[in-house]
Amino acid sequence: MSPAAAGPGIEVDVHAEVGAFHLDARFEVGGGTTVLFGPSGAGKTRTLRLLAGLDTPVRGRIAVGGRVLYDHAAELVVPAHERHVGMVFQQPLLLPHRTARANVALAVRDGDRHTRREVAEHWLRRVEAVGFADRRPAALSGGQQQRVALARALAGDPALLLLDEPFSALDLPVRRRLRTLVRELVEASGVPTLFVTHDPDEVTALADRVVLADHGSITRLVTPAEAIRHLGATG
Amino acid sequence: MDLTPLWLSLRVATLATVLTTVLGVAGAYALARARFPGRGLVEAIASLPIVLPPTVLGYYLLVTIGRNSPIGRAWEAVVGQPLVFTWQAAVLAAAVASLPFCLRAARAAIAAVDPAYEEAARVAGVAGWRLAFTVTLPLASRGIIAGISLAFARALGDFGTTIMVAGNIPGRTQTMPIAVYDRVQAFDYATAGTLAAVLAAVAIVVLLAVRWLERSAL
Repeated sequence: MSPAAAGPGIEVDVHAEVGAFHLDARFEVGGGTTVLFGPSGAGKTRTLRLLAGLDTPVRGRIAVGGRVLYDHAAELVVPAHERHVGMVFQQPLLLPHRTARANVALAVRDGDRHTRREVAEHWLRRVEAVGFADRRPAALSGGQQQRVALARALAGDPALLLLDEPFSALDLPVRRRLRTLVRELVEASGVPTLFVTHDPDEVTALADRVVLADHGSITRLVTPAEAIRHLGATG
Repeated sequence: MDLTPLWLSLRVATLATVLTTVLGVAGAYALARARFPGRGLVEAIASLPIVLPPTVLGYYLLVTIGRNSPIGRAWEAVVGQPLVFTWQAAVLAAAVASLPFCLRAARAAIAAVDPAYEEAARVAGVAGWRLAFTVTLPLASRGIIAGISLAFARALGDFGTTIMVAGNIPGRTQTMPIAVYDRVQAFDYATAGTLAAVLAAVAIVVLLAVRWLERSAL
């Protein structure tokens, strides 16, 4: 029943414990956009943090595009800064003392100052934010800041893109525009993407497939249509 | 009027503040972000200069850098003269006395930085020294500047610790606070008053400069 996994894959099979909260994430998906869908507190954000290397599971294994990022049995934990993951959080988390361009350039991994700047400009152009490259985050709207955060996530040439309800704090029209932008960027870049949301509209607009999150169990791989039906059945 | 004590005070306080800034900010970063055994003890010892009387602090420093101590002997072997009762000893005294002011303010400022910014930077490939210098310290810069300015003020005003390890040698170790005390002892109230006023004026200028710096940070 699982939708076919194509292209470079994400393999997750981990168990994590945070206080009394137990999390089991187990799924194998291909390229395109996989939406982690479920109510708040189900473990969606936690799953992204495990993939990014910001939290460490108790046991299990994580691999992206064939590269192992975590393997408990082999005592392998690749640190966050070496995982080549691009992540956009609910908050933009841009450095307030740097311009939009400098914020994006921070994530460019290779090259001299000039190259980093060029790569940053390129991605700012791609997210339609090059017009305010010289502004600091305080001078940008919430939507503009998330565009810059998206450029920063892509500028590091990531093997995996993690989007954690990146548009939840934005107005509906802005949210719709950015959804379309994400869709285009994911398709153009071919980077496998995990998108966390509890918004059915985002499932419909973005998902190639869905992993349902439910009380710490992130294991059920379904089609977008099934995910919406599931919501109707339980909600 | 002889302004030698003023220039000496400014030189001593500036160099002491440089020492304090490097040690204080590095120490604050370690205390705020690293987990290591004995952290509480390190913090307590670093804060001692706040609670100890300056003369007691000076006494311990004198024992530590005196001619018979390992540090004192090493200094004498390299430089050719004892460390105690020199302006360099005054720098050390002012640095030790002012360290906790910088350390505590910087530690609080660094601890208050939202770790989410550091996490976002780590995922973006920034770690280690680069993380500290591009993310954490700039985000804490306001508090760090406040700590450095407090340390400078404390270094400029140090009396007890300095007189214990550097003495009261006019033209060599007699800083402004010591010169004021010296003039009062000699019943030369006119000079003491002038020196005191100059020191107060310098302190006000420094505090205004710091206010401006704090505002322009972030």
